[in-house]
Amino acid sequence: MDQTDAANVLKDVSSELLTCMQCGTCSGSCPSGRYTSMVTRKIVRMARVNKRVLKDINLWMCTTCYTCQERCPRQIKITDAILAIRTITVHDGCILPEHRRVSQLVLQYGHAVPINDAVKQKRKKLGMEALPETVHKYPDALLDVQTILKSCKFDELVAEGQEE
Amino acid sequence: MKKLSLYLGCITPNRYPGIEKATKLCLDKLNIDWVDLKGASCCPAPGVFRSFDKTTWLTLASRNIILSEEMERDVLTICNGCYASLADANRELKEDHTLKKSINFHLDTIGKSFKGSVDVRHIIELFYDELGPQKITKMIQRPVNLNVALHYGCHLVKPSAERKLGSTENPTFFDELIEATGAKSIDYPDKMVCCGAGGGVRSALLDQSLAMLNHKLARIKEAGVDCIVNACPFCHLQFDSGQAEIKEKLGIEYNIPVLHYSQLLGLAFGYSPQELGIDLNLITNNEFFETLKKSD
Repeated sequence: MDQTDAANVLKDVSSELLTCMQCGTCSGSCPSGRYTSMVTRKIVRMARVNKRVLKDINLWMCTTCYTCQERCPRQIKITDAILAIRTITVHDGCILPEHRRVSQLVLQYGHAVPINDAVKQKRKKLGMEALPETVHKYPDALLDVQTILKSCKFDELVAEGQEE
Repeated sequence: MKKLSLYLGCITPNRYPGIEKATKLCLDKLNIDWVDLKGASCCPAPGVFRSFDKTTWLTLASRNIILSEEMERDVLTICNGCYASLADANRELKEDHTLKKSINFHLDTIGKSFKGSVDVRHIIELFYDELGPQKITKMIQRPVNLNVALHYGCHLVKPSAERKLGSTENPTFFDELIEATGAKSIDYPDKMVCCGAGGGVRSALLDQSLAMLNHKLARIKEAGVDCIVNACPFCHLQFDSGQAEIKEKLGIEYNIPVLHYSQLLGLAFGYSPQELGIDLNLITNNEFFETLKKSD
């Protein structure tokens, strides 16, 4: 997806993006920005004019806390815009290795955080069944989850070897 | 109150089962009609999976909601992240007929379709709206004498346009539920600031995530509290496991116990910390357990 397509996607999410006056309330409110290299104000500016935004690691330092979006004096849906930019980058094949791994866990187990032996023991200690009443306990339910993920082509999206 | 199905998500049953047990004990004590939502999957997580591919996110989320629709029960979540995914997906699909049709195309592969017949609730807003702090105070058996640092967590109240739970800068509803148990909610700087876990930051960029957590923990330590209380297992994991990671990486030891609200309420119903799985956290502070004994 090139920058023009990206701009169109972003306009759908937040047409107000173009009204940004670069006041910096977003950056000043950002819990990540205090401790990381993330500058939300720059991301908003780059999203409009600069191609490099799609490869910017700072996109992934957003915890999606929505504080910037709540406080923006122009009511720009900043967090939603960051999520939309992420979608474009992921569909371009740029996924952080750890996120690819978590996605594989969902494909395999239906859980982003599957159970392990230590937690099974904890559950027993609490007088609970080792497996919870989720896809972990019901193979048919897991199969359903895998079927719809395949229907959405999520397996292809997060497959290994898709790095650019 | 409508009948409920309890949606567990991933971290509660698969990392902190004490939260699951405490929740079920509390729901029974409060005479709430609930059943397990059998066969549910990951919500899936709002920060990561929503941003990867919206269709996948909506399809998987709606399958979880459909399982509850089939039982004609509202979905009860005990996690801010699950709440964000399921409530947002539910609302978007109810509002947008074309979107619903496109998601039902994928759901048709497993013979299901989204109807939009139930609501998604978060345990905190449910307790506040349906019971209220006064009623909870009347029902508890052993008031808890604890000073609590409350962490609301971001997705319980934000984005406010969707949540409609009032102020995101200075909310009070959760504090009122804390105080309903007899505990005291202690104010601290940056109380409404993120724990640093969400959006895939904890999974992919742990050092940055822990830097944000360390900031919060330092403010909480200064406030001099007995424990941290949350209503989100992912924040819970960040506060509990994160303290162990900060000790290892930065050499700072906070040793602050972390409780989900269900576990705090469980204490007020007279259950022991062991029955509620509070002792199964990574951070186990003996002083805290002694404080609880003294208040008996």
